[in-house]
Amino acid sequence: MTELTTRANIIGADDFYAELLELHDGRSKSESDAINARLILLLANHIGDRTVLREAMQKALKTGQH
Amino acid sequence: MNKIFETPLYAYQRSEDQDALMPVRRKVVIVGAGPVGLAAAIDLAMQDVPVVVLDDNDKVSFGSRAICFAKRPLEILDRLGCGQAAVDKGVLWNKGKVFFDEREIYNFNLLAEDGHKRPAFINLQQYYLEQFLVERLRELQAEGKDIDLRGNNKVSAIGRHDDFVILEIDTPEGPYNLEADWLIACDGANSPTRRMLGLDFIGRVFEDNFLIADTVMEAEFPTERWFWFDPPFNRGQSALLHKQPDNVWRIDLQLGWDIDREEEMKPENVIPRLKAMLGEDAKFELDWVSIYTFQCRRMESFRHGRVLFAGDSAHQVSPFGARGANSGLQDTDNLCWKLKLVLNGLAPESLLDSYDQERIYGADENILNSTRSTDFITPKSETSRIFRNAVLDLAEQFEFARPLVNSGRLSVPSIFDGSVLNGPDAKGLPVNLRPGAPAIDAPTDQGWLCDRLGNRFQLLAIGVDVPDHLEDGGIVIEAVKIPAGASPELAGRYLGDAKQAVYLMRPDQHVAARWLRFDKSAVLAALRTATGRIKEQAK
Repeated sequence: MTELTTRANIIGADDFYAELLELHDGRSKSESDAINARLILLLANHIGDRTVLREAMQKALKTGQH
Repeated sequence: MNKIFETPLYAYQRSEDQDALMPVRRKVVIVGAGPVGLAAAIDLAMQDVPVVVLDDNDKVSFGSRAICFAKRPLEILDRLGCGQAAVDKGVLWNKGKVFFDEREIYNFNLLAEDGHKRPAFINLQQYYLEQFLVERLRELQAEGKDIDLRGNNKVSAIGRHDDFVILEIDTPEGPYNLEADWLIACDGANSPTRRMLGLDFIGRVFEDNFLIADTVMEAEFPTERWFWFDPPFNRGQSALLHKQPDNVWRIDLQLGWDIDREEEMKPENVIPRLKAMLGEDAKFELDWVSIYTFQCRRMESFRHGRVLFAGDSAHQVSPFGARGANSGLQDTDNLCWKLKLVLNGLAPESLLDSYDQERIYGADENILNSTRSTDFITPKSETSRIFRNAVLDLAEQFEFARPLVNSGRLSVPSIFDGSVLNGPDAKGLPVNLRPGAPAIDAPTDQGWLCDRLGNRFQLLAIGVDVPDHLEDGGIVIEAVKIPAGASPELAGRYLGDAKQAVYLMRPDQHVAARWLRFDKSAVLAALRTATGRIKEQAK
């Protein structure tokens, strides 16, 4: 069973982050929300593994809560 | 307006029970002559169980109501002797289109698998099905079966005792009392029986209204299921178009929660809505208009002593997915053989608790699917709407998103995993036919498999010899022997990589247990398990 990778895995982290923000440049909140939703669905399908997806959802839920 | 709604199919006739000095005791009384009550009556009568059906009117139900019947219920109707009438009249379909806003985002073909007698679905107005069931009931009466359908017999009070039920029944000629060893309540979602007994019906209410307009039109639309999310003619809502026999089209328009139902039902308000959808020049007549809200809920238990609930009286779902009438037919399919064994003293009353267990499992599966469809069609929050629309946008271009689109997951039968009636499974045989699963049809050396199964316990022996008859405690098992090479479909579905297999089949065509080879004592033990006689054995 695969586990969710939480170690750094993206080569060119700054470039990726810039691309992600660029996606939302000049977009309205609702356009951005729609882009994010499509992005999540595309990535989720690429991952496919339900265990990994569930782990990612849990980590997303539980981080950032103080 | 269609004449069938107006014609009494089972007009009131005075019964001798009304003139008896003391209430007459009947073995089985069924309340409600809809599809579920009629199916139960036919099933029991075919097994020589005397049955009385009470209905509060004397006609088929008003309006199309249930319109989509799935393969498994068609097989049940075949077993009851009226599947062919339904299929002959019904509209076959297997294609669908999904629209979002102004675009067609994709289309699908259910591509029915080869090697089945019945198609995946047919569309048929409920009133036709009821008519065919009444005709079948009349046929059984003509054959001498003890089956009494009493129109305009309205149950007004019910008294429950340990081993019988007493009913007060209103008729055009005044009330009478009747006793029943067993009562089956098939009196619909608003079940008066359930209400009179003060029983629960718990679940989730969906705050939404849907307008059903069954329209008669000569139209160019193909025989497909068309579903719209947020179309220009019904902004922010959904719509459905589906064909029924006689050029009747089911149109289903979501209206939202905050509406004036009386106003929306008026033709002067319905017609402009339909014109917006079908085009200004469309020529149509309204056959039936109704507004419905729905709930997904079920009774905590379908058995209350001598009262058994089946169909919508026991559970209710949204219409998306055709899980109402379809699951009701599966209820009576499950119940009737068990009741017959109990009535004949061949199985303990506790066998009926397995009806409760197995059909609650089925109802929960239907409620889950139906709730998920509803949540997709009517997103409950801003975020769920964003995801819903994202799925629809992606589905237009990418195949991966299409399975996420949920405009109703069409009814498939439950596999009763974990049922107390299930016996042993054999490793290596195909998983789809594990104990608890309904038979899967296939061609055999002598016609369709499903036509050879049902109404009694059977030992389906594929590529192996077994005794013609086995018997235990008065219950007979009949052999159905089929060569392993009868058809590739049969081998694929029932054997997989195995050379031979033995399946113990229940009277409702479900698998009770299976083995790779015949072992008499194992078969008889599984029969005892499948008829709830395990505890008795232990005594």
